[in-house]
Amino acid sequence: MPSDTNTSERQTMNVVIVGHVDHGKSTLVGRLLADTNTLGDGKLEKVQETCRRSGKQFEYAFLLDALEEEQGQGITIDAARVFFRTDLRDYIIIDAPGHIEFLKNMVTGAARAEAAVLLIDAKEGVQENSRRHGYLLSMLGIKQIVVAVNKIDLVDYNEGAFRAITEEYQEFLSGIGVEPLRFIPVSAREGDNIADRGDKLDWYEGPTILEALDGLKKAATNDQLPLRMPVQDIYKFNDVGDDRRIIAGRIESGTLAPGDEVLFLPSGKRSHVASLEVFSAPTLQSVGPGECASITLTEQVFVSRGELLCHPSSKPHVSTRLKVNLFWLGKAPMTPGKRYKLKLATASVEVTIDSIERVLDASELGSSSDKGMVERHDVAELTLRTRKPVAFDVSAELESTGRFVIVDGYDIAGGGIVREALSDNLETRRLERQLRDMEWVRGDVTPAMRAALTGHEAAMIMFSGTSESGKHDVARALEAALVQTGNHAYLLDGKNVVLGIDADIAFDDIDELVRRFGEVANILLDAGLLVISTTNVIGLADHRQIATQIAPAPMFLVHVGSSDDELANHADVCVDAQTPPNDAVAAILATFSESPG
Amino acid sequence: MNHLDELESQSVYILREAYKHFKELCMLWSIGKDSTVMLWLTRKAFLGHVPFPLVHIDTSYKVPSMIEYRDRLAREWKLKMVVGQNRDALAAGMGPEKGRLTCCSALKTEGLKHTLDGTWPRKEMNREGVYEDVLNGEPFTGVIVGARADEEGSRAKERYFSPRDKNNDWDVSDQPPEMWNQFKTDFAPNTHVRIHPLLDWTETNIWEYIEREQIPIIDLYFDKGSGKRYRSIGCETCTGMIDSKARSPKEIIVELGKTTVPERAGRAQDQEDTYAMEKLRRDGYM
Repeated sequence: MPSDTNTSERQTMNVVIVGHVDHGKSTLVGRLLADTNTLGDGKLEKVQETCRRSGKQFEYAFLLDALEEEQGQGITIDAARVFFRTDLRDYIIIDAPGHIEFLKNMVTGAARAEAAVLLIDAKEGVQENSRRHGYLLSMLGIKQIVVAVNKIDLVDYNEGAFRAITEEYQEFLSGIGVEPLRFIPVSAREGDNIADRGDKLDWYEGPTILEALDGLKKAATNDQLPLRMPVQDIYKFNDVGDDRRIIAGRIESGTLAPGDEVLFLPSGKRSHVASLEVFSAPTLQSVGPGECASITLTEQVFVSRGELLCHPSSKPHVSTRLKVNLFWLGKAPMTPGKRYKLKLATASVEVTIDSIERVLDASELGSSSDKGMVERHDVAELTLRTRKPVAFDVSAELESTGRFVIVDGYDIAGGGIVREALSDNLETRRLERQLRDMEWVRGDVTPAMRAALTGHEAAMIMFSGTSESGKHDVARALEAALVQTGNHAYLLDGKNVVLGIDADIAFDDIDELVRRFGEVANILLDAGLLVISTTNVIGLADHRQIATQIAPAPMFLVHVGSSDDELANHADVCVDAQTPPNDAVAAILATFSESPG
Repeated sequence: MNHLDELESQSVYILREAYKHFKELCMLWSIGKDSTVMLWLTRKAFLGHVPFPLVHIDTSYKVPSMIEYRDRLAREWKLKMVVGQNRDALAAGMGPEKGRLTCCSALKTEGLKHTLDGTWPRKEMNREGVYEDVLNGEPFTGVIVGARADEEGSRAKERYFSPRDKNNDWDVSDQPPEMWNQFKTDFAPNTHVRIHPLLDWTETNIWEYIEREQIPIIDLYFDKGSGKRYRSIGCETCTGMIDSKARSPKEIIVELGKTTVPERAGRAQDQEDTYAMEKLRRDGYM
């Protein structure tokens, strides 16, 4: 990128060009390059001459190909990114593919943009990808959208044709809550309203494309918004003599300064910022949006990647149920019952579809269907259920902690925004746990010291299945097998808790029975054990309450019975009711040793 | 934040993501300005430490001062230095006179491939700063590379986290989506991921950052009185100097503002055939 001033002192704006295939994206980009003199001397004439000699009609889109070939001649360009500049600032133009097969590339390109120019062919009118791209732009959080009604020369510069398309597309955008900045009639081929006004559109009084680009605003910095720093990692480099314990993360919104009281969610841990660490840089008074921070705390608390650091006065939501809008790019459809990974900021948790509200064909968006799955290129309204609680915001309030991607297997297969935090009826348990953990008295032995001794982390292995399934036999055999191989395992039978600890309460006070059971399990887990349990005695089919109480210790679910049972869906491993206990144990251990917990 | 601050922050974020997700992680250090800036950014990300090994592929034809500079910095900054080399090819007399692409392919591409997958011995610097042969190393599953999107066409299509299959192949037409700083950090057995923290940087940004941070870059980039300097460094045999009197990053930035000659014009292997770069790249060249 040839430049005569320091590029770091000039403003840069990322703009994506989108629209249906053949509506003129490359022609527009070629024209912008030509009319802003980005091409260098004689390049335009050279390409025109080549076309004339080969009997081909010259098109501005050829400039892109020509420049790509001439990359070696010093101009920075490619099909994905084109650089040009105006007096005001530098532009990076992302030319996104219009073909539906390349939707994931369009999304990748557009997700980096701050604004978009969406093209609609004046003659063909609003098409499938005009709508789909419009919808995706709104989900990607791009608020500045300029709509260019291109090829206006093909409809004889007719104002009526322009108005008709404007009206139709405006109505569509309103339906999805998008307000475009403006509609501009252009002919990229003839150069009308790109850099110059031309003389054929005198009924139009608004800006040209270039003026509209220079009119785009840089997003306001998020420093006045609530503080959010997703915890990215914890560093201790004491093997090289550095005993600082550093919490690393990037500030997404708000500002953070030494002395601030901070709260980590979902764990609920609190501390104060002791310092902001740097390498080869002046001391920082505070850090703000977009900056990578390295903080130390005054009171050491155990936190891990995925938690959101905030100020206690403005907290994010914490739940396992999220109402979302989602777009799907995966080859295999997204289906209920299947397990995916949800990545939101730095959190990564297992997720399943709780319910599908609507599946929209993104190209039409008027029609919804109840096909029971989300197929490639669909847009859907869903409720998701995460296995562990996540801290997040509603996208409309705080964008960067209100959006997520879904990983299917090894690849990102979808993305979406959170519309609403739904109650999961676990709020009370979480609050109780936080209060309990805050005051919890610890000895000098850490969980890591216990793990070094036992050779394993603490974990709960919870059995489900009907009382005739034989799961007690399997649970007993599992305890024996684990202990015989040197593990510290303990079978916590629900009945034993009922007999003693629950002796003072009624048998039908299920809520309290569950709570007490969970607290006993939590103490055993704190002692570093593998706790094996069945809970039929306390009549519990849903283990989420107990999982909430024992967090962050993981709960591994084993279902004994048919894989068609509803509970089998949530289980980490399912063994048939008829399986001999020893075979069942082998199957359980094979999966358990692979599980991340 | 100005533009350089934004670039620095994004690179630091990517480096920290890579360190979090890849157990067998390394960084390719060509000794050139880009990967040295990347090394500096690593020290920024990890508060002065470099918590993963640096891999250098030594073709034996490098400018000798490159090797001196590499080992001096490695000792000073306590780097875990790993050096790979195609010893068999060198023993059989491989050199640029056998054809530049043939030579690059043997000494760089093959050397790199087998150093990364651990099938050839690696020279590793021990705590005393002395190199020792290490056999049967673990294959690296995350490889940090200093490619920039503006370097040449094939690099512009890269993602920040770009998967390579077990044959080191890069499927340009079917890459995973990447958005909102969510990267591809899950990968199938026998595949690996290349990580590109400098993708958004331009050549000018690199020099501006070197100037701002006072990074001790190798002096081959500066004119030392002959009126010539290297703009891009590599093997002595195949890298030409350019006419330039620039003696400092500042002077280079001024010069870059005026030039229309591409960065790699001095790299002979690029001129060998039209698709040279894409070909090398598909085969795993960085």
